Amino acid sequence: MVLRLYFDKMSQPSRALLMFLRANQAAIPFEEVPVALRKGEHMQDEYLKINPFRKVPVIDHDGFKLTESVAILRYLCRTFPVPEHWYPKDSKQMAKVDEFMSWQHTTLRTHGSMFFQAIIIRPRMTGQPVNEKIVEFHGNQLKNVLDQLENIWLKDQQYIAGKDLTIADLLAVTELEQPGMAGYNVRKGYPVVTQYMERVRQRLQPHYDDAHDVVRKVEKMFAQQSQGKL
Amino acid sequence: MSSLKLFIHPLSQPARAVMLFCRANSIPHEEVLVDLVKGAQHNEEYAKTVNPLKKVPVINHDGFFLKESVAILRYLARTFPVPDNWFPKDSISQAKVDEYLEWQHLNVRTFGTLYFAEKYIVPRTTKQPPNEKRAANFLKNYITVLNQVETIWLKDRPFVAGQDVSIADLLAASEMEQTVLGGYDVKEHHPKIKDYLERVRSGLQPHYDDVHSTLNKLALKMKATK
Repeated sequence: MVLRLYFDKMSQPSRALLMFLRANQAAIPFEEVPVALRKGEHMQDEYLKINPFRKVPVIDHDGFKLTESVAILRYLCRTFPVPEHWYPKDSKQMAKVDEFMSWQHTTLRTHGSMFFQAIIIRPRMTGQPVNEKIVEFHGNQLKNVLDQLENIWLKDQQYIAGKDLTIADLLAVTELEQPGMAGYNVRKGYPVVTQYMERVRQRLQPHYDDAHDVVRKVEKMFAQQSQGKL
Repeated sequence: MSSLKLFIHPLSQPARAVMLFCRANSIPHEEVLVDLVKGAQHNEEYAKTVNPLKKVPVINHDGFFLKESVAILRYLARTFPVPDNWFPKDSISQAKVDEYLEWQHLNVRTFGTLYFAEKYIVPRTTKQPPNEKRAANFLKNYITVLNQVETIWLKDRPFVAGQDVSIADLLAASEMEQTVLGGYDVKEHHPKIKDYLERVRSGLQPHYDDVHSTLNKLALKMKATK
C-alpha cells in the first residue's frame, strides 16, 4: 500500500501536504516525489499522466490519483488514523474547517500568489519589467485579507477554525508565508496574525522549518537583491 | 422544531446552488433575500448578525451560522436525509466530488464571475461602459476552463464528478448559467456543456428553472434592448 506525494516546496499547498504527511508519518507511510516546477517538470508529457491540470500537489494512493490540496487533506483524514483534531468528526466543527478552506482560495491564496507572481515569476517568464499596477492591486487586496484574518477569523480563537490545530491552519500558514518571498511582510501591523503563525509553527516543528527552507532562502535572496538596488 | 434559514440572492451563483439543493431535496427552509443590488450585504446589521465577510450565501441552522457554499453543501448533505449520490459516503467517490468543488473556485467561478462583473455589474455601478479589453481577456480564460470541463471533468462521464449528479454539479451549473447575463451563453458555444447543463436541469425541474428565473428574465431583457 503505497502513498506518493508529488510536490514542490515553492507551492503553498504542496508545503501544507508535506507538513501534514511528515507530522503523521507513523499513521501514513508515504514517499516524497519532488516535481521541479522551476525546471518545467510539470509541463512534461510524463507529468500529464499524473495530473492533466499540470499542477502540484497530487497524491497517488495505490493507483488512485487525487489533485487539489483540500480534497487530498480531507481524503487522508478519513482514510488514515490521524489524531482527530486535524479534522474533527463533530459536524459543526468540521463545517468551520471547511468554511476557511473554501474561503481561502479566492482571497488569501489568490492575492498572496498573484503578488508573488507579479514580482518574481512574470518578469522572469516574459522578460518584461514588473507591472506595478498589478502589484499595487494585489498588495491592497492582500491587506484587506489580512485585516479579515486579524479581526474576524482569528478573533477570540487560537487557530483559524477553532480551538485546536486543523488542516485549515496548514493552508493558512503556507499561504501567509508566500508573499514574503516578494518582499511583502504579512506580520507587520498584524500582531494577531504574527502570534498565530508562530503558534502554528511551534506545533508543526521541525516539519514547518524543513518545509519552508526554500522559502527562507528565496526571502533572503530577494532582500539582498532589493538592498543591492537601493 | 428545527429551523433552517438561507440568506441568498438569485443572482449569486453559489446561493443558487444552495437553494437548488434544499428545494430538490424538500428540506424545509426559509429563504431570506439579501438585496445585493442595493448593497444590503454591506449593512452593519447584516455584517453583525449574519456575516462579517458581507457575502451570500449563509445558512442559519438553529443558531449555527455557516458561510461558503462548499462548506454549506457538505454540511447540509450530512445533516439531512438526502440520497447518497449528492455527496457519496464512498471515500473515493467523495474525493472526486471534493476535487471539483475545490478546483472550481479559481477556474470556472473566478473567470465566469470576473466576466459577468465587468459586463453587467460595472456598467450599473459606475454608469460607464464595460472595459471590453478586460472582458475579452476574462472571456478567453473562461473559455479555456470550459474546455477543461469538457475534456477533463466530463471526459467519459455524464456529471463532473462521476456517473450521478452531485453537489459539484449544482455549483458547476449555477456558475455556467451566469455569463448569459454578460452576453455569453455557454450553451451557444460549447455543445458538450450544453448537453451537460440540460442533463443537470432536467433532473432538477422545476427547481432549476425556478431558481434561474430572475437570471433568465434579466438576460432576455438585456438581449431585447440590444
